[in-house]
Amino acid sequence: MTQPAERRPAGRPTVPKARSKPIEDTMESVESTEPVIAVRAATATLGARPVLRGVDLTVNRGEVVALLGANGSGKSTAVRSVIGQVPLTGGSVALFGTGLRRFRDWARVGYVPQRTTAAGGVPATVREVVSSGRLSRAKLGRLRKADRAAVDRAIELVGLADRAKDSVSALSGGQHQRVLIARALAAEPELLIMDEPMAGVDLASQEVLADTLREQVAAGATVLLVLHELGPLEPLIDRAVVLRDGCVVHDGPPPEAVGQHALPGHDHVHPHAADEPLRTGLFT
Amino acid sequence: MEFLQFAFMQRALLAAVLVGVTAPAVGIYLVQRRQALMGDGIGHVAMTGVGLGFLMSTNPVWMATLVAVLGAVAMELIRSYGRTHGDIALALLFYGGMAGGVMLINLAPGGSNANLTSYLFGSLSTVSADDIVSICLLAAFVMLVTLGLRRQLFAVSQDEEFARVTGLPVRALNLLVAITAAVTVTVAMRVVGLLLVSALMVVPVAAAQQLARSFRATFVIAVLVGTGVTLAGTVTSYYQDVPPGATIVLLAIAVFVLLTALAAPLSRRRARAAAPPGEAAADTCDVAVPSGTGTGGDDVRV
Repeated sequence: MTQPAERRPAGRPTVPKARSKPIEDTMESVESTEPVIAVRAATATLGARPVLRGVDLTVNRGEVVALLGANGSGKSTAVRSVIGQVPLTGGSVALFGTGLRRFRDWARVGYVPQRTTAAGGVPATVREVVSSGRLSRAKLGRLRKADRAAVDRAIELVGLADRAKDSVSALSGGQHQRVLIARALAAEPELLIMDEPMAGVDLASQEVLADTLREQVAAGATVLLVLHELGPLEPLIDRAVVLRDGCVVHDGPPPEAVGQHALPGHDHVHPHAADEPLRTGLFT
Repeated sequence: MEFLQFAFMQRALLAAVLVGVTAPAVGIYLVQRRQALMGDGIGHVAMTGVGLGFLMSTNPVWMATLVAVLGAVAMELIRSYGRTHGDIALALLFYGGMAGGVMLINLAPGGSNANLTSYLFGSLSTVSADDIVSICLLAAFVMLVTLGLRRQLFAVSQDEEFARVTGLPVRALNLLVAITAAVTVTVAMRVVGLLLVSALMVVPVAAAQQLARSFRATFVIAVLVGTGVTLAGTVTSYYQDVPPGATIVLLAIAVFVLLTALAAPLSRRRARAAAPPGEAAADTCDVAVPSGTGTGGDDVRV
């Protein structure tokens, strides 16, 4: 039913897996060999409905892995279980070689949740929202000079430096997504986890996002992203994992371009117009 | 300024300033989480505390604080766990709290609903010297939390799931917001009254949103509006002999309407300033629509 994630794309150094190592090992000793993400036989339910039915997913250092599948195939649940937002009913998740239960090093993980807007119930500027991302390093303390510099760099990376002081509610749909990605990058993470970063994004922003991601990958970041279609990110993707009904049905090279639209249950998400402000409420 | 000569007015004004500062300072996080009515629920629950205070002949402010905090923690737990019947559970809590307050105060020796009125709608003459000490201490706690942890509370209120993935203690911070809101309700109880507390948490924030583009500016303007209307309302209440709570809330709504009227031209000017040159006339479509070339409007397909 499921295939272990053994295939490696050509052109990248193969990192040997060290499954025999106990996950309790210290970070230093296992850093180079342990996969960044290791999901083993994960099962999860929403209500009474099984959503994940024994998913294996391995993401090695420096890899860019796309999680594909139809609506309801469990891909969103899978990434959310990786970051501990969906409790597993069975199996295990380890990040950087540490079991999720004991993992505390959240500054190494940048998370882009599936959202249509970065705005909340009160006005906030781009810089204020992106600064939240730095709290994985600052925790309950204050943001220092270095933190503020990192926030500015993240805003610059997504090409919103000139909008840093603008209210996020004045931005277009694609720009909202860029804000969410900048928020994840503010902590300067080693692993980026993105849930449908391209949904509802205009073409101009898709290009900016692809460029941003390319820079992160070139700098050595590991990326796991849920996608509906490969789109402009296709050249970056090393490996695709396709889910169907909570099971892995493909783990290997990304499907050919013609195959994108043939994926089970594919539906098209229309991009928003570039300068149409998005008015959808985040928590409504 | 003759009203400053009276000790009860000095106390009332001091309490009013503290309410004006603390209520919007907490309210902004509730509004950000789209829980604007949470303060109202806490106010209902706090009535049981007031009733208990009367029954046990202790200071109703501290008793109300205790019960309001317990109620707010229960509300937060219901919000985070009970997904399906959460609103029913909240309704039970709110009305149970209110009914409990009325029942307890009538059980208290010499107690009647008349005692409750000053707590429900606020009263200038009833802010005692003891109350002022409690109000100052509680207000200090509220300001410490809402200013000291503003970045963390902003992050949690903006996007809870993201905040959890940054490793912030989200549950503890949510409980802290709930407790701080409960404390604010009891700070405001003597001046504005339990039934109108929530207005002072929400309306100044709503008014500030009309002008502000940033969270920081919203916070500052909301606190200024809150302080302004509580002071003005307290003084008006002294001269006109009207209940302070109602005066304060009506003034706050007036400020909201005024700022909303001011905001429309302001946002138009901002939009014009933000538009790149050449796109300045983007208010109108200047794209020619082909017409009359054999294709009628009926042929448009979507």
